[in-house]
Amino acid sequence: MPVSKQILYKLRFWSSSLCMAILFVLPMAVASAASGGDGISTKEGYIESVLHHVQNSNEIHLVGDFSVPLPIIAYHAEDGFLFAMSSSFDHGHKAVDGYVLYHGRIHRALGDFPKGTVEIDSFGHYHEGDYADQPFVDYAGTTYPLDAPGTFMESSSFYDFSITKNVATMLLAVILMFWLFGSVAKSMKLREGQAPKGVQSFMEPLVIFIRDDIAKPFIGDQHERYLPFIMSLFFFILILNLLGLVPFIGSANVTGNAGTTLALALFTFVIMIGVSKKDFWSHMLWMPGVPILVKLILAVIELISLIIKPVTLFIRLGANITAGHIAILAMVGLIFIFSGFGESLSGGVVGALISVPFTFAMNLLEIFVAVLQAFIFALLSAMYIGQAVEVSADH
Amino acid sequence: MYTAIGMGLAVIGVGLGIGMIGGRAAEAVARQPEATGDIRTTMIISAALIEGVGIIALILSFIS
Repeated sequence: MPVSKQILYKLRFWSSSLCMAILFVLPMAVASAASGGDGISTKEGYIESVLHHVQNSNEIHLVGDFSVPLPIIAYHAEDGFLFAMSSSFDHGHKAVDGYVLYHGRIHRALGDFPKGTVEIDSFGHYHEGDYADQPFVDYAGTTYPLDAPGTFMESSSFYDFSITKNVATMLLAVILMFWLFGSVAKSMKLREGQAPKGVQSFMEPLVIFIRDDIAKPFIGDQHERYLPFIMSLFFFILILNLLGLVPFIGSANVTGNAGTTLALALFTFVIMIGVSKKDFWSHMLWMPGVPILVKLILAVIELISLIIKPVTLFIRLGANITAGHIAILAMVGLIFIFSGFGESLSGGVVGALISVPFTFAMNLLEIFVAVLQAFIFALLSAMYIGQAVEVSADH
Repeated sequence: MYTAIGMGLAVIGVGLGIGMIGGRAAEAVARQPEATGDIRTTMIISAALIEGVGIIALILSFIS
């Protein structure tokens, strides 16, 4: 056996063992992440912890008390800007200029909360009164209601421009993509006309796959014009999906965040509307070749489907990825359920023995789903753009 | 309680649909192995669209 082949076999062995080790560590890492933070002693506490782990956060929580501080930028109409690092909030034990970290997310204490850095006593929930079911912060014997950052559904008294866990992971994905595609482009220039080598030979089939199997059949002749967009969508979503499955770097649920996926779907929608040809609109609003009554009904249906297209695009990606994260955390939850939420150690051991293989299998499934969802998002985007630029010659 | 039943019903429909697509796609590939690529793409698109219905039902049952 030649030496190079021996080295290859050794490399293969070690890399596969490393992969297996990482895959077996994954569930344990999720378990440690899930049990970190507040102690989980009840079913409600567990569900709260699961939801906490799929939501955005103002710090990247690693293990136990260790977390990566992130910049917090908040703006309030009267108080002006707040610039702080999340480490100055001491995991929620301190308040800075009337802002607190509640469940890892920045909240603003309403009322005349003192300025500067102060030690706070506790958090809780109002049970009655004007602020029923709203969280409050307890400081020096007084309770102040907390205002959460704004969402789609609810407005807020302040604007949150923080570099959150999701934003930081997105920036990491952008850096990774620049590095990856920069090196591939460089080696492509250097080795023009030669066989691809190294990371280039890994990326080239993917790029060609997207060109030949997604862009070309669905967009047609003009596919080169939209190829960069489809390609960016695919790799951005793929890298974020996979980063979300890596433990110890926060496992941010970026592509499971409705805001992120909505922005991505809006890109597709705006491009689709922007490049649409006359034929697209005439087929939608005034379908040629059918009776007038059917034309009216079809116009309504087509208009609804035009709106539903980007909506399903963004819900599909977000819900799939969030569901995957929740499923993994639910498998981890078997440990807590079997141990009666910390009452029985032997039950916890049995739970762990069942939970680890299940979580492992779930993680493998999620890796597949990560690739599949990126593929589907790119494919449907190509399909919608293709429908918009299609020139029909049937009449 | 009702949301759980609703979720279950939605998943039954989606499961039947995607199962049918998978079965028919396997049949089609067995008949015409040279068209595997096209069949796979068509299968994934239909599965994604049906899955979308299930996911919308899921979201609605979460919201309600």
